[in-house]
Amino acid sequence: MQRNDKSDSTVHYVREVSTEMSTVQFAEALAKLAGPGDVLALDGDLGAGKTRFAQAFAAAIGVEGIVNSPTYTIIKEYEGTVFPFYHMDVYRLSLEEADELGLDEYFHGNGVTLVEWASLIEPILPPDRLHLFIETTGPESRKITCRPVGSKYESWCRQFISQPNEKEEPTA
Amino acid sequence: MNEQRDTSADSPKGDYVLLAIETSCDETSVAVVRNGREILSNVISSQIETHKQFGGVVPEIASRKHVESITIILEEALREANTSLEDIDAVAVTQGPGLIGALLVGVVAAKSVALALDVPLIGTHHIAGHIYANHLIGDIVYPAIALVVSGGHTEIVLLESEGKFRIIGRTRDDAVGEAYDKVARALQFPYPGGPYVDKLAQEATEEVVLPRSWLEPDSYDFSFSGLKSAVLSEINRSRMKGESPDFSALARGFQQSVIDVVTGKAIKAAKEFGARQMLLCGGVAANRGLRERLSSLCEEMGLPLLIPPNKLCTDNAAMIAAAADLKWRRGQFSSLDLKAEPILSLEDWSV
Repeated sequence: MQRNDKSDSTVHYVREVSTEMSTVQFAEALAKLAGPGDVLALDGDLGAGKTRFAQAFAAAIGVEGIVNSPTYTIIKEYEGTVFPFYHMDVYRLSLEEADELGLDEYFHGNGVTLVEWASLIEPILPPDRLHLFIETTGPESRKITCRPVGSKYESWCRQFISQPNEKEEPTA
Repeated sequence: MNEQRDTSADSPKGDYVLLAIETSCDETSVAVVRNGREILSNVISSQIETHKQFGGVVPEIASRKHVESITIILEEALREANTSLEDIDAVAVTQGPGLIGALLVGVVAAKSVALALDVPLIGTHHIAGHIYANHLIGDIVYPAIALVVSGGHTEIVLLESEGKFRIIGRTRDDAVGEAYDKVARALQFPYPGGPYVDKLAQEATEEVVLPRSWLEPDSYDFSFSGLKSAVLSEINRSRMKGESPDFSALARGFQQSVIDVVTGKAIKAAKEFGARQMLLCGGVAANRGLRERLSSLCEEMGLPLLIPPNKLCTDNAAMIAAAADLKWRRGQFSSLDLKAEPILSLEDWSV
């Protein structure tokens, strides 16, 4: 099994959002930066809104129609405006199974990949990726902790979490 | 209950034997079916392996496992059917939707057999298979409404005539089976926990009433993520009060909400489109609560209902043969450069 060798980044960026709409706006902001070969590693408890985040992200890169849960099918592929969107949920997989599935072809493919429950397969995630951990803090409010691995994602985080006040922005 | 077997050959070409292969997700399955309706064998990997476990199958996700099983299961299917490869008139295979690595194994095997025997290849849609599993147990009368409920799919499909599919509703987030499995996780059952939730709900004496997600009044779509959140917040609320949550009452509340909405929309669709038959299919069709409610609602309105036995509801190759039969009878074959398609439109697959 090939494993990524970069150790944990220690820099965490925290974004607090108070409504579902502001989670959506955050996903849209990330989508503006994303391109082929980018990997978002999403974690958070059941019901935290991982799939909701993925839906907003997909819509922002131009995926038309319904983006629903990939839990059962593991991987769903969609066409975006410019590049495809690969939506994964690895909850059902062991590390070995995930490795055998050849996820690398997606990670290094022509699209952007979003992996739900990514921490389960962290050793085989690509060396550069952006971890997002969503925590439920209220019915709609969430705390999103971003952990960038690699300089590209560090710069993403600095771009949109540089604001001293992380409350929602007035516009999308 | 709905077992009526009609094995009469309706093929204009007379008797024929179809070899069908299904590897779209967890199961490796091969079937031999005569005239599109008579199952000579239907071998499913999880059911022949020794590690069959209570409460669900061991997921067989990795492509490597399909590769390991496919030849053995193919041979077993031929042996059980008392058939040899020379008797095969065509090969059907699940082309999609599904997991690409898993689909590829079946597609490559099917192409190899079709090429070696010089017989037609029929690329088949997985959901068409679930729907036409009903044709293995009875006659379908059109227009029909199919309620497809499985781990990965929740769809209401209108069949105006044979082999013409129109999706009128689908899930916007979790499939019913996924919602069951996720609630099962919250109730601390092992994965896949859907069957445990069904059982707990059946045994419950109390019910925590949970919201129904009807969406827009004219929509046949579904959404179950709000219901999942409602279960989670009920659990949290109990814990904050220092009480232990009543899991069986929650299971019951969840099940009642799902069944109300799923059957409610299916019945509404049947009325709107003047359906002459209701078809229930997919792995979640094994859910007792769902079967019972849909049966009684259909009976009330005098609508004939077909539900395949459990073995034909979960992923299996006989259902792929049943759907491929639509194409066989019309001489609509695939070429050998057929590609496995992780996303495949059901409507486009129509005859």
